[in-house]
Amino acid sequence: MTAPSGDRVVRVHWVQGTDRLRAVCHCSAEREFEDPVEMWEWLLGHPVGHAS
Amino acid sequence: MTSIPRDQWYVAAYGAEIGHDLFTRTVCGESILFWRTRDGAVTAVPDRCVHRRFPLSQAPSRLVDDQVVCGYHGFTYDAGGRCVAVPGQSRIPRTARLLPYPVVEQDSFVWVFIGDRAKAEASRIPRAPWLVSPDHTTVAGMEPLRARYSLLVDNLLDLSHETYLHGGYIGTPEVAATPITTAVDEQAGIVHVSRHIDDAECPPFYAKSTGLRGRIARWQDIEYTPPCLYLLHSRIAPVGSVPGPDGADPDAFHVEVVYAITPETEHSTHDFWCVARDFALGDEEVSTFLAESNRTVVLQDVEALNVLEQVIATEPAGCQELSINIDTGGLAARRLLQRLCAAS
Ligand code: FES
Ligand SMILES: [Fe+2]
Ligand SMILES: [Zn+2]
Repeated sequence: MTAPSGDRVVRVHWVQGTDRLRAVCHCSAEREFEDPVEMWEWLLGHPVGHAS
Repeated sequence: MTSIPRDQWYVAAYGAEIGHDLFTRTVCGESILFWRTRDGAVTAVPDRCVHRRFPLSQAPSRLVDDQVVCGYHGFTYDAGGRCVAVPGQSRIPRTARLLPYPVVEQDSFVWVFIGDRAKAEASRIPRAPWLVSPDHTTVAGMEPLRARYSLLVDNLLDLSHETYLHGGYIGTPEVAATPITTAVDEQAGIVHVSRHIDDAECPPFYAKSTGLRGRIARWQDIEYTPPCLYLLHSRIAPVGSVPGPDGADPDAFHVEVVYAITPETEHSTHDFWCVARDFALGDEEVSTFLAESNRTVVLQDVEALNVLEQVIATEPAGCQELSINIDTGGLAARRLLQRLCAAS
């Protein structure tokens, strides 16, 4: 259903069967988090710490 | 800094609310006067006479043909806000003018632009085409909310609350228990939150309207375009049924739930809600049921958020809240709203 498709889409997956969130930046850097606030700081802090 | 973004389009009313009669509503702290001219166009101007600021929506102010006559001393304005008559003199002061708001009537809503009128681009208004589509039947309403609009944004971006606040209506245990996927399209400025439940209890809201019984697949796909328009694409289907590769989805029932979240003031909100379905078209009984049930659900939220507003408004600054995984979408929406506020 109208999946987002721009070039600057960031995604967050709730890892099945766990309490973790996997954040995927539009630059394709990925990292897992347990706290959504920390997660957004990292994701929106692109490119800081995003070397993939 | 205010928490309400300016230079944005907001839903002020349903088109059906505005006829050839004076109508007023406050949007983002601005009192606006609306009426429909004889050629059918909606006009919007400040609801304050330039003379002594008497509200032009207030009797004995009145509409005469396509002109509004102030009920206090008779200043008269045309549909473009120009003052065309003042009492007792023929010279009309040059500054006697109500600056009209940009208005667009679309998808059953009347949108107004709040902010710098030069920035009003109608093409930026997000769409909700189901609300006027002949392939859908829609029920709608609006409830006044005595809480800041951001509380309603939080509420709608996290549907896990359905399980608790709306148990017995739209909530079942699986909603809160199923993980979500969140995506933010930074260019378009849209937050997407999806929760696909493949095997769930069918809540009364959907059992009664669709006739499906027992277990169902229930998909919830949210698209929020800050600040005002929220879409929930709801898909209800027999367990195991999925849309075909071409998008055809004949076994499923689709409900497009639309909210327009319009700040009235810093601490109150117009909560517009619509439910458009692609089944039981024109069936009055289903329409009545869905309208009553949805209004009940909206009022459950309103009651909870009214209380929450009181708590937050009277608490000392700096009280902590705690976010968990279910809040991922709500946090994303806050970020986008902060960005819009900073830009305005
Ligand atoms: S306040 Fe409107 S005419 Fe005086
Ligand atoms: Fe709710
Ligand atoms: Zn990155």
